Parts: sequence; structure tokens; C-alpha cells
Amino acid sequence: MNSLIPLLVAAPLAGAALLLLGGPALDRFGHWLATALAALSFGFGLALFSDMLGRGAEHRAVGQHLFSWIPVNGFQADVSFRLDQLSMTFVLLITGVGTLIHLYSVGYMAHDERRRRFFAYLNLFLAAMLLLVVADNYLLLYVGWEGVGLASYLLIGFWQHKPSAATAAKKAFIVNRVGDMGLSIAIMLMFVEFGSFAFDPVFGGASRASEGRLTAIGLMLLLAACGKSAQVPLQSWLGDAMEGPTPVSALIHAATMVTAGVYLITRSAAIFNLAPDAQTAVVVVGAVTLLFGAIVGCAKDDIKKALAGSTMSQIGYMILVAGLGPIGYAFAIMHLVTHGFFKAGLFLGAGSVMHGMNDEVSMRHYGGLRKYMPVTFVTFGLGYLAIIGFPGLSGFFSKDKIIEAAFAKGGTEGWILGLCALVGTTVTAFYMTRVMLLTFFGEKRWQPDAEGNAPHPHESPKTMTIPMILLAIGSVFAGGLFALNDSFLTWLEPVTGHAEGNSPLAPLTVTLLTTACMLAGVGLSYVMYGRSAVPVVPPVGSPLTRAARRDLLQDEFNHAALVRPGSALTATLVYFDSRGLDGFVNGLAATIGGVSSRLRRVQNGFVRSYALSMFGGTLLLVATTLLMRSF
Amino acid sequence: MNPVNYLYLSALLFTIGASGVLIRRNAIVLFMCVELMLNASNLALVTFSRLHGTLDGQIIAFFTMVVAAAEVVVGLAIIVSIFRTRHSASVDDSNLMKL
Amino acid sequence: MITNLAAVTGTTSTGEAVQFWVLAVVAVGGALGMLLMRKAVHSALCLAATMLALAVCYMAQGAVFLGVVQIVVYTGAIMMLFLFVVMLVGVTSEDSLKEQLKGQRFAAVLCGLGFGVLLIAGIANAKLDHFTGLHEANAEGNVPGLARLIFTRYVWAFEVTGALLITAAIGAMVLTHREHVKAPKTQRELAAQRVKDNLQLPPLPAPGVYARHNAVDIPALLPDGTIAEDSVMETLRQRGQIRDVSQAMLQRMAELENTTADWLGRPSSERPPVAGPRKSLEPVPANNVNNVNNANNAGVPKADEEGAE
Repeated sequence: MNSLIPLLVAAPLAGAALLLLGGPALDRFGHWLATALAALSFGFGLALFSDMLGRGAEHRAVGQHLFSWIPVNGFQADVSFRLDQLSMTFVLLITGVGTLIHLYSVGYMAHDERRRRFFAYLNLFLAAMLLLVVADNYLLLYVGWEGVGLASYLLIGFWQHKPSAATAAKKAFIVNRVGDMGLSIAIMLMFVEFGSFAFDPVFGGASRASEGRLTAIGLMLLLAACGKSAQVPLQSWLGDAMEGPTPVSALIHAATMVTAGVYLITRSAAIFNLAPDAQTAVVVVGAVTLLFGAIVGCAKDDIKKALAGSTMSQIGYMILVAGLGPIGYAFAIMHLVTHGFFKAGLFLGAGSVMHGMNDEVSMRHYGGLRKYMPVTFVTFGLGYLAIIGFPGLSGFFSKDKIIEAAFAKGGTEGWILGLCALVGTTVTAFYMTRVMLLTFFGEKRWQPDAEGNAPHPHESPKTMTIPMILLAIGSVFAGGLFALNDSFLTWLEPVTGHAEGNSPLAPLTVTLLTTACMLAGVGLSYVMYGRSAVPVVPPVGSPLTRAARRDLLQDEFNHAALVRPGSALTATLVYFDSRGLDGFVNGLAATIGGVSSRLRRVQNGFVRSYALSMFGGTLLLVATTLLMRSF
Repeated sequence: MNPVNYLYLSALLFTIGASGVLIRRNAIVLFMCVELMLNASNLALVTFSRLHGTLDGQIIAFFTMVVAAAEVVVGLAIIVSIFRTRHSASVDDSNLMKL
Repeated sequence: MITNLAAVTGTTSTGEAVQFWVLAVVAVGGALGMLLMRKAVHSALCLAATMLALAVCYMAQGAVFLGVVQIVVYTGAIMMLFLFVVMLVGVTSEDSLKEQLKGQRFAAVLCGLGFGVLLIAGIANAKLDHFTGLHEANAEGNVPGLARLIFTRYVWAFEVTGALLITAAIGAMVLTHREHVKAPKTQRELAAQRVKDNLQLPPLPAPGVYARHNAVDIPALLPDGTIAEDSVMETLRQRGQIRDVSQAMLQRMAELENTTADWLGRPSSERPPVAGPRKSLEPVPANNVNNVNNANNAGVPKADEEGAE
């Protein structure tokens, strides 16, 4: 059964290779092939899952050694896989949601000439992401990590003819490089400290390592997580990444890849547990991002960018709770899974709306769509209820646990974190209600597109609605299922461990508070957007709104803090290079050239002249020989 | 008389030959000077053969003569072909191989 | 007899000493002659003298075989080859004394002197007072001794030298061989060409009308007394080796008249005027003005040569 683990990765990888190398011959059925391979991978995942359930909790983690990758004395890099409960969760999420989004893309990309290439990239992404989560050592994980980065780059810039898409792809790639640097440094530190980067030796040796070293590794891992999961300060790429096709936003930039940071922190729990300072940093990053993303989400008129802000914020929740240690790991993953369902569903809904509205993205040009797109409206609505934490739906259970855990941190810290999370809930409810109201309610504010065609909103084809329906079902029931008897907690506990926090507030109190905050957000939003007409042209707004529309000035900050000093540094270096080094080198060359052009006259072409030099040389040699011998 | 005088003679002839190579411009005379240098070294070899009481020096002188014959044949052929194209046997006229 | 002279170790017999001094003078004289003679033929003859002297030196030192080979191969074959090429290039050609490379001659003499001094000092410094002599090595004769070595210890070198000689022979053939691009013209074709061009229908005039010198280089005279350059072969014309004797004859005639007049005691006013130099009809082609260009008619100044130098 374990031999299925490599096949998990191999199936989509083969798909990617086939589609990329197969050429136009595969244009007709390539997308179905890719979808079938994704589904096959999901099938493997299910088979492994049922096999895993058949074993006792202690024997569920299995490994599979494929081959030695770099066998050098003292440096052993293997291609070996580990499938435990944590990996299993991710495998099912990735392949399940991935298959649904493949299916959705069949409809969504139906009119794109380069559909085969798109599906190849999607398959490549699946393979890399699966490799990331089933790797048994950090180096192999790094391969997957870079692989998803590559796939993300290729897919964000898929419509490369648009300069904005090409720029966004480059931006995502470059910002991710910063995080990747963190991961590579962390791996090197691990190798120095533990002599290995396989999971078992690292986690086993963590208790013997110095705390300072562990903190360094933890901070580097956090940097990596920030890059991949779009956390402050490396958050700037996610909003622009929405330039990619909507299925990509749903799969990569909402459900799976951006959660890789959470996976990394949870997987490295053994390190973070022993490095409290690193944990504090994680928590701070999470809390800041959770509010940052939420505020950005409130101000955006672009439906996908609003959802991107929301994604950032929700991942902030996960990072926050993962930073709390054993109290929170399981809840982070639980929220990750439920978020995977409802956020993917929301993105697919947004894609469906855009599909019907001539690719219009501004919510101010929507309105009253619920009658025209009933299926989209219902599935989007269920996702909406799930994300704001409406009691009984997925988000309610997972977010409630997170807030509980935040309070359970204890002390002042706990209060601050808990209040941040509560405020986050209100803001989430506010901006999601705004999205909902602007898109599906109110009067029609449709605008003709660039060619002057008035939009004719219509329901999307079956290939698109079926995945949305399935994801909506997941958004509704997954949380309840996980929370039932703490089944998810029990499932993950052997991997992440679990500790009960010491909450100053009773769980019921927290639940009531959360619900109240959520309702407050909904009410506020209704007052602002539901009762009065929404202007088509965005009003000027308060300074905060204006800043939030520009992503809270993140690009300006990056420009001022990084780009400009960098340019200045480069200019200085170029100056020194051209004046100092080049001056020296060119001077040397000029000297040699000048000497040579004088020496050139020696080469006058007269054979007797050459003979004279030979004879002179012989004379010198003989003289030297005789002199040396006479001494 | 000490037979070492033969060596002095050889050195003298060799030097005259070498100077001739540097001074004369006629390619044929140049070759003659080279031959003179070879002969001078042959004389030294023969003298050394006598000095050591073995015939190896004479053998080497013999080979020198053979090689000199080969060299003369090829060299004169070159001179003839140069003379055919350039109507001159002066080595100073063949200076096209410079920058 | 000669081998007996080499029998003494450390010093030589008086006979050999006398022979050496005589030969040394001849050899050095020949070498200097070769160096200083302006004509290649003279250089070659001087070198031949040196080589002969050296051959005798070889024999005096017990290298009888080498001495003979020196005479047969060097003086006989190689020097003949040199002379042959000298004739081909132009027997009368001389090196001009003007040195074209600045400082070359001075540097050459300096280097030569330095080198000679160094070599002689080196030999003088070496301890060479004991000469073993060759009477043991030559016990069964010089040639059998050499043969024993050549065909045993040096057989490999011997074979390789053979290959070298073959290669050299082929190389010389390749170098001097000229491929005919098209078939050479037959006599009929040449005749037809002559008629077609209408330049020179009758045969060229024959040289050597006034056979006072090497007849082929003396051009025939045309009816007006000027020379017919066509009568001299192409090679000689290219080298500029044409002896214009027309002027010389007239000059000679004038001198003869003068002598007669002197003898008869005629006054100078009654004497016929001496014929002045006349312009030749055809100037010498420009490509002949090089160091091969000999002053063949030095005694008879030609009008066009005055401005040529």
C-alpha cells in the first residue's frame, strides 16, 4: 500500500510532462486527461486514507524510501516520503479540491487557446504541492516548495500578454524568493546543528540543541512561511496574484499553496515548541496579518482582490494559532481545511460571476445578480456564511476554536490576541457582507465592457457549477464533522500533540462573543451598503480607506524601504565598479596594450632579425650556464 | 700539440657561421653558413670521440651529416620556389609575415 | 698512416700538429672568405675549401669513414647542389653591401664576438688534458667499428634517419613541382597564336652576334646599331644580365680612330667626333632593379641607368 505514495506525486507529474511535451495533438482531450490524473491522485489518496484508518492511531504514520538522491558521506539526501495524519489531511485537501478545480477549469478555460498548457501547469502544481506535503526531509520539501513557487509564477502570468499579469507573476516570484531564502538558510542551519535535514533526526535532536540556534531556525522558517503564505511583511504579492485565471486563485492562492506556510510551521512544531521567541514572532505576524488583510479586504472593489485580502486575513488566523504551540496546531490545520473548502468555493463563485459578466471584476458594476445566477448565488452564499462563522457552518467551528485558543494563551498576551481575533471576526463579517451585498443584491449597476457590449449575466455551465456545489457542501458540513467529538483533534494529535489551554473565559462565552462580533459586522455592513444605493464611482473615502485601497501602502513602503536604498546601493556599487575596478583593469589593459604596440615593432618580419634574437638568447643561456658552473 | 685545439677551431668556425647567418642576406649563403655551423659541431663531436675513446661521437656526427643533407635538399627546394615567385633570393624580401 | 698519428694520448705527434696548423688556417680562411665574399659562387667555393680541410681533420683524428663521407657527401654532393642552385638563381648576382636592418650588422658582430669568447673560455676552462685516443675503438678498423654501433645500438635512429631522407626527397619534389593547370601549348598552337597576335611573325633574332663574352647574354644589333633585346633569353632578361656591346664597339672604334690620329699627328679639329652614348630603344623592366641586378655593363654607362639608382 505504501508504494502508492510516490504514485500520488507521479500521476500529476506525468500529466504535466505529457501535456507539455505532447504538443497540439493533445489539445482536444488534454484537459480531461489532466483532470483524470488529478482524480486518480485523489483516488490514491482515498485508498491510502482508508488504509490508514484501518490501523491504530500509533501506527498510522508510514514512510516510503524511494531512492538515495545525493548520497555523499555525511550528507545524505534521500527521496523518501512520509505519510502521517498531517500529510494525509493535506493530500486529501489538495487532490480533492484540486480535482474539483480541474473540473471547473474545463468550463472556465473552454475558450482559451492555451488551455492544454494551463492544465499542464495545474498538474505541475499538484505534483509539487503533493511532494511538499509528503516529503520526509526538508530538502525534498524544498523541492516541492520551489515547485509550487514555479507553478504559481507560471499560472499568475498565464495571460502573459497582459503586462499587469507578467508583472504580477514576477512580483510574486521575487517576493517568494525572499521567503525561499529563509527556508534554505533554515535547512543549512539544521544541517549544521543536527547533521541532517530529515524530519526524524531534526525533531529528535531539537531537545538537545541550544535555544538560540532553534530560535534562528524558527525565524528563518517563519520567513519562509511569510513568503509563501503572504504574511506581513512579505504579503504584497498576493493581491496582484489575482491577475491569474480565477481557478488558479481558487486552488493556489486560496486553498492550497498559500497554506504551505502553515504546514511548514505545524510540521516543524518540535522546533517551535522549544523556541518561545520564534513562537512569539509567529503569533505577532499572524495577528498583524489577520487585521491587515481584513482592512485591505474592506476597501477593495475588485471582487478577487477583496477575497485575496480575506485569504491573507484567514491565513493570519492560522499562523496566529499555529504560533500558540500545541494548544493550536490542530485548530490551525482544521481552519486550513475548512478555509480550503469555503474560500475555494467563494473564488469559484467569483469566477462564475465574472464569467457571466464579461470578465468584469469591479463589484461596483455588479448588483442584483441573485436572480440571474441562482446556483452561484446559493453556493457563494453558503461559502459566505461559512467564512463569517455563522453558527453551524464550517467556519464557525474552526474560527471559534482559534479564538478560544488565543484567549487560552493566557495573561495579557492572551487578551490582546483574543481581542485581535474578535475584531478580525467583525471585520471579516463586514467585508464579506459587503461583497455579498454589492454582488448579488441591490439594483443593477452593470456597465458595458470595453467593446460596448452590455453584459448578459447567465448561469455557468455544469462543469463549473458542480465543483461549486460540492465545495459548498464541504463548507457547510466539514466543520461540524471535524468538531464532532473533537474527531479532527484526535486524528491529528499523534502528529502535532495537543495541550488544553487555560482560558480565562468559558468556551460558551467565547462562542457568544464571537457570534455577537460577527453579527455586529454584518449589521454595520448592511447599514452601509444594503440600505442605500451604492455609487458606481467609488467615493473619495477616509484616509484609511484610501490607504486600504492601495493595500495599506505596502508597495509604497516596499519601494521606500527596499527598492530605493537598493537602487542607491547598486548605483554606488556601479560607480565604484566602473571607476575603481574598471579603471584599474582598463588601465592595466591599456598599459599592456601600449607596451605591446611598442614591442610589436620587434616583430618586423625579417628572418635575420629573428635569428639575431635567437642567437642573443643562446648567448645569454651559454653565459648563464658557464657562470653558474663556475660558482 | 694538445688535441683540444680542434675544439678551439670548431668554436671559431661555429661563431663565424653564426655571424654569417646574421649578416648575409642571400638565402643560399645563409644556408652555407648553417652548413658551416653543422660542420663545426661535427668537428667537435669527432674530437670528443677521440677524447673519450669511443665511436659514439662519430656516429652522431654521421647522423648530423645525413640530417644536414635532408635539410639542404628541402631548404634549397624552398629557395628555388621562392625565387620562382619573387625573383629574389634575399631573405629580407620575404617579410610579409609581420603585422 | 693517419690513424697512427692519433695513437698518442694527451698530445699529438708533431706531424699532426703541423698538419693541424696548416688546415686550421685554410679552414678559418675559407670560412671568413665565405662570410665576406659578395658573390654566392665564391662563398660556395670557399666553403668547399673549408670542408675539405675539415675532412682531413676528421681523418687525422681517426674518423676515416667520416672524412671520406665528408668529401663525398658534403663537398661532392651538397656543395654541388648549392652551386646548382646558385647557377639557377644567377651566378653573377652579388649581395649589396647596404644593410637594410638598422643595427643588425653591429649587433651580429657583437654577438658573434661574445659567443666566440664565451665558447673559447668555456673550452679553456674545461679539463681536457687527457685524450683516450681511438686506437682501441678502431682496433678492427674504423668502418667495422662504426658499422657495429650503427647496426646495433643506433639501428633505430638509423632507420628513422632513412625515413627522414625519403621524406626530404619527396618534400623537395613536392616543393619544386609545378602542376600544369592546362596542357602546354603545342608548337602549332604557338605558331597560330603568333600569327593571330601579329607581333613577331619571323623567328626571334639570334644572340651572340659579337661573341666576345658568354654569347647568350649578348643581344643582337638592329640595323641602326641598337640592341634587339628579344634576342636574349627571357631568364637573363629578367635578371637584367644583358650585355649591351653596341656602345662598346662604337667606343672602341672611336678610340681606334683617336689612336690612328695621334699616330698620324692630326690636329684635334680634324679628328672625327667620338660617338656619344645613345638611348637604348627599350628600357629595362622595373622588376629587375633588385640586388640580383648586377652592374653587367659597368664600363659602358647607359643613359637610362643614370636616373635609376
